[in-house]
Amino acid sequence: MIEAVGLTKSYGKTLAVDNLSFSVPTGRVTGFLGPNGAGKSTTMRMILGLDTPTGGSALIDGKRYRDLHQPLRTVGALLDAKWVHPNRSARAHLQWLARSNKLPAKRVDEVLEIVGLTAVANKRAGGFSLGMSQRLGIAAALLGDPQVLLFDEPVNGLDPEGILWIRKFMHRLAEEGRTVFVSSHLLSEMALTAQELVVIGRGKLISQSSTEDFVAQATENTVRVRGPRLTDLRAALAQAGVSTRDEGENLVVSGMDCADIGELAARTQTVLHELSPQRGSLEEAFMQLTGDSVEYHTEIADGPTPATLVPAGK
Amino acid sequence: MTLLAVERIKLFTTRSPWWCTLIALALTVGFGALMAGTADATEPLNIAATQFGYGFGLVVVMVMATLAITTEYRFSTIRATFLAVPNRPSTLVAKATVVAIMAAIIGELAAFGSWGIASVIKPDIDLTINTAYEWRAVAGVGLVYALSAVVAVAVGVLVRHSAGAIAVLLIWNQLVEPLVQLIPKVGDDIHKWMPFNIANKLITGDPDPTARNVLQGPPPSDAVLGPWPAIGVFAAFAAVLLGIAIVVANRRDA
Repeated sequence: MIEAVGLTKSYGKTLAVDNLSFSVPTGRVTGFLGPNGAGKSTTMRMILGLDTPTGGSALIDGKRYRDLHQPLRTVGALLDAKWVHPNRSARAHLQWLARSNKLPAKRVDEVLEIVGLTAVANKRAGGFSLGMSQRLGIAAALLGDPQVLLFDEPVNGLDPEGILWIRKFMHRLAEEGRTVFVSSHLLSEMALTAQELVVIGRGKLISQSSTEDFVAQATENTVRVRGPRLTDLRAALAQAGVSTRDEGENLVVSGMDCADIGELAARTQTVLHELSPQRGSLEEAFMQLTGDSVEYHTEIADGPTPATLVPAGK
Repeated sequence: MTLLAVERIKLFTTRSPWWCTLIALALTVGFGALMAGTADATEPLNIAATQFGYGFGLVVVMVMATLAITTEYRFSTIRATFLAVPNRPSTLVAKATVVAIMAAIIGELAAFGSWGIASVIKPDIDLTINTAYEWRAVAGVGLVYALSAVVAVAVGVLVRHSAGAIAVLLIWNQLVEPLVQLIPKVGDDIHKWMPFNIANKLITGDPDPTARNVLQGPPPSDAVLGPWPAIGVFAAFAAVLLGIAIVVANRRDA
């Protein structure tokens, strides 16, 4: 379990992480979500003892990272796939890491096998594609067979095949009962991968909940009703205290599910041509929640959302 | 021991240490051969002269030592290192130790290589190492290289950029120390206490029994300390610099 308590990091006058408290439960995939520049990477670096917090603390199973003995056996992390010397072979990179935590040399071949890099193990890492680098980074994270794993934007820049591979891999790790904490600025990606969500914006906690709850809360569930004559139904719905609005020829009902609307329609003898549940888009919900906390607003009102427009800063 | 092994693997799985070793040996042994080949009756070959290339080798060794740490910052493997071993002081001490041992080996190979090639080229000249001075002039090279490598690692940790750190070391070693003598009145006194000049004392000796001219060996040091106290002071200087580097690295965000 990872626990952040009042975690704060300031660079001069800029507050990158502001009194952030959350916990990452054991044995689940927890998504760490926020727009670019929200402080995700900084938070992860503080959890891993690379950056010193200005205030507060981050504990892994009750200990500070820098107090862990042979930390690779407890925590595996992939913050940046490019943290490899380009002239060193994939195998050599893993060898020195394994040696540093007294892990057996054969573990290197095992993790290379797991991520499918055995064939290129002796090739220089500088020649790897982003997808291969990412696999090497994951191999390094898995070296010590840790129960806790941290990944920072693991699908960033990957092609669809790479994304799918990473996604499946996360699920596999969670099925093995490991704690996975993975950051992303893409809610749609997190909705597929994570069971829990920690959402931050501008260094502050916005919400911590299960992904399901977050999506349900954040997105407005409505039902679209279409029919030749909806006057009676509209009146009945208003009587039931349900809000409706007209959208062209359709009626959009919020706060009542399809079954209830159907029964109400039968009672008012309304002919229906369509009765379909509508789901607000996740990106919209995300924007709604973090809208005020995006660091750099764009001037384009109807353009793509900043969350999908800007590549994540590392 | 684990950390030494880790740093050894890191050092030898990249190419720059090998290149630097080759260049350092080529320069020093090459100058040894040159000095032996050009020696004549007016400027007879002696042991000090075989070590003429020692200063050039030193520069290359310091480049090697600097790169060993600055490339870690360049490619962020220093972060991977601190993730694997959060104890930064131990890691950096291990790094400095491994690089120093490597530098010492290069130094001994360079010194005895230069001496050996000179002996081969001029077999009729007696180049037997007899006196304590002669031993220091040859075997001492490894020690000076090792301590200079520690200085280079420390500067590398503090500056973090390869070009910047190498520039600092070379400007200091090649320009600042010689040019400080040009300052009126106090220049010579300052120069006597410049770290590389002090380290040089071990090689160029005191007293210098050969009474050679400048072309017969590395420029002599004017440090006032004896050879062993001088290298002691240089060692302390290297240790202090490494200590500062470790304190800074420990506080700084990786």
